[in-house]
Amino acid sequence: MANMKVSIAGVEFANPVIAASGTFGFGREYSELFALNNLGGISCKGTTLQPRLGNDTPRIAETPSGMINSVGLQNPGIDFVIKHEIPWLKKQGTRVIANIAGNTPEDYAAVAEKLSDTEADMVEMNISCPNVKHGGAAFGTSCDAAAAVTRGVRRVCKKPLMVKLSPNVTNIGDIAAAVEAEGADAISLINTITGMRIDLRTRRPILKNNTGGLSGPAVFPVAVRMVWEVSRRVKTPVVGMGGISKWEDAVEMLLAGATAVQVGAANFSDPYACIKILSGLEKYLDDNGIANVSELTGKVQPW
Amino acid sequence: MGYTKYLSPVLSNVEIAPGFFDIRLETPQVEQTGAGQFYQILCDGKPLRRPISVCGFDKEKNILRMVYQVRGEGTAWLSGVKPGQVLDLLGPLGHGFSVKGAQNPVFVGGGIGTPPLLGTAALCGGQADAILGYRTADAAILLEDFEKICRKVYTATDDGSLGHHGLVTDLLSRRLEEGPCDLVCACGPTPMLKAVADMTVGRGIKCQVSLEQRMGCGIGACVCCVCKVGDPKDPDTIRHAQVCRYGPVINAKEVIW
Repeated sequence: MANMKVSIAGVEFANPVIAASGTFGFGREYSELFALNNLGGISCKGTTLQPRLGNDTPRIAETPSGMINSVGLQNPGIDFVIKHEIPWLKKQGTRVIANIAGNTPEDYAAVAEKLSDTEADMVEMNISCPNVKHGGAAFGTSCDAAAAVTRGVRRVCKKPLMVKLSPNVTNIGDIAAAVEAEGADAISLINTITGMRIDLRTRRPILKNNTGGLSGPAVFPVAVRMVWEVSRRVKTPVVGMGGISKWEDAVEMLLAGATAVQVGAANFSDPYACIKILSGLEKYLDDNGIANVSELTGKVQPW
Repeated sequence: MGYTKYLSPVLSNVEIAPGFFDIRLETPQVEQTGAGQFYQILCDGKPLRRPISVCGFDKEKNILRMVYQVRGEGTAWLSGVKPGQVLDLLGPLGHGFSVKGAQNPVFVGGGIGTPPLLGTAALCGGQADAILGYRTADAAILLEDFEKICRKVYTATDDGSLGHHGLVTDLLSRRLEEGPCDLVCACGPTPMLKAVADMTVGRGIKCQVSLEQRMGCGIGACVCCVCKVGDPKDPDTIRHAQVCRYGPVINAKEVIW
């Protein structure tokens, strides 16, 4: 049996398959289907300083090989999450990544500070949500803004800090370098790509928010390319995500430069997607005589 | 008991009206299925499962019955599924209707909103009345099924080709004047549900509505399929509840339309 352990910013994960933020809640609903300690970790639903109602519905629509969503960061607020969700999730025996979001750099810092004295293993800072009017992706689409919000959070965050990047930018490598320079311990990407669908009959966008974030297999090649670009620009570990739905995708993402992967949209078509990807990955390593999953990271041989 | 994911062999899949199909599946999970719950069906490997309501079940033979309308690519694929094929199901999901103790329940359904009511009406020991609305007579699905288990069945069509020429709410209004009613269970288009809720809640009659929303995970994790609930007079109580988990059947008094 291959060694599945990976280390990200000093945190050891039992395996490199992590459930992606926004598709997995705080783990409770999936815990009714399988034991959460099978997963390397769980990235929790994006959490803000105050509770948020989120956007009006419809919030989701199917697309060719994917989906667009515009949930708009509905969450119960950081105080509730610290009191009720993190302690429960921690008991399930998996790594807990607290995903945070905000309207202002001060909001981000306040949420990160509150998490410092919790059992969360890591903070993932979402500067890439495309579905909120203020903040969100605005921080992730310019180097200066990304650097500034990272600086503010870094100052107060006692946990390892991972910054989740938006793909809706001209040069993802520049953004990654900017947040690394401000002290990010790890980088995760990609968040969703802004998309839109229109109902032919009503001539209205299907999503009430008009636009939403595209995820699923449709974005996978974009994600692989961006993980590859970022991993060549920064020294920090990279966590790759975007359309991973089978073990072959996970291997591809690791080869592109990722230390671990997150699985999101695939949980909707198959709630056991993470488990299946993990067992496929293990078999691949054993079949190919690879002793450690970490040996795959960055092993693509570019032309 | 909760939900599981498993493979169910298809026993039959028959078109019962233009665009409406009646599918029967063999599933061990049926013993835990409640009326008004739903299943998430994987259609042709598409990224999103299709939520289909339970229409009825035979707990002795483990047969699950669902009636669905072809609305898009997923349900079009489903309509082509043949007996012997196997479907990937996740369920049973959500909370159904609760008719316990109801003496004179009235079921109000519109179009493809009628199937989820049938399994629940069947639990009322012949005490239920049904008011069923359709676009036209050709689309009047499940009429005979309701007639078998209900005390009285009233029908309405948009074009007047069957029963009352008009809305189900016209018939509900008349029914509430004519006789006792302590519970209304409704499923159909949102404007119909809102009208039924307004008509009943105002008179102090209990009302449960089955809501429809575009869904993601189906188990409550992704919060895509929410509806607004709470007390409109107290903003602190207002929240977005997951239709898939908190619903799909919700006390009409809680819903903010």
